[in-house]
Amino acid sequence: MPTLANYLIASGLLFATGLGIVMLRRSIIVIFMGLELMLNAANLSLVAFSRYGLVSGHQNYNAQILVFFIISVAAAEVAVGLAIIVSLYRARQTTHVEDLDTLKF
Amino acid sequence: MILAAFWFFATLMLLFGVSVLVLKNPVSCAMSLVMSFICLAGLFVTLDATFIGVIQVLVYAGAVMVLFLFIIMLLDLREEKSRRLNFGATLGGLLVVASFLSILTQVILTNPAFAIPTPTLEGPPVSDVKMIGMTLFHSFRLPFEIIGVLLLSATVGVIVLSRRTLR
Repeated sequence: MPTLANYLIASGLLFATGLGIVMLRRSIIVIFMGLELMLNAANLSLVAFSRYGLVSGHQNYNAQILVFFIISVAAAEVAVGLAIIVSLYRARQTTHVEDLDTLKF
Repeated sequence: MILAAFWFFATLMLLFGVSVLVLKNPVSCAMSLVMSFICLAGLFVTLDATFIGVIQVLVYAGAVMVLFLFIIMLLDLREEKSRRLNFGATLGGLLVVASFLSILTQVILTNPAFAIPTPTLEGPPVSDVKMIGMTLFHSFRLPFEIIGVLLLSATVGVIVLSRRTLR
């Protein structure tokens, strides 16, 4: 059986992949995909803790409810974020982050 | 059995995650992300969280990724033109990721509290969906309704954002 550390390392590697995408890629829509990967890495560690920290012989369902809420917040976030990307593209005709530096100091 | 499933799904999930990082075409990135999410749902099932696994496939691999593909095709994004890589930014990004990973593995591998094997479930078997529904509607009624308000305001926000002229 895999240990809790196995799942946490897998979750950490997934988070690092998402962080790498956010740091290294230059297309705003792929950066957004990296954000989704990071959210899912957090979900994986929550579900792992729920399975390994039993409450009276059963899984801790509070953690799974938290995952449920994270998924619904992420769905709302994706809808708003993609609408922002579409209106950005309409204004600037680009999704490359190095062309979008109006707020740069 | 569970161990084999864990290694299978974890390896595939990380491989598809890395391919999001290296592939140039945004549509290939989105398809790799779908596969990564499906493997993550498999990991949830190995953790006896079948309901969360099903939700993962329906919401993430289904709805959210269809939205991503829809936007990619609406904006007609082609392969990124290979520009000269900003050397300092790339090095900094790799440094941040590597230091995060080294600290995390250090903490997880040295702490004996994380090396526990899977505890066996006790008592009569309960339905996953039933327990989640009971918890959601007994202990988390207020957050559930707040999520409803959040989704409504997100819908209104999207409609305002996608009008042709912002007023």
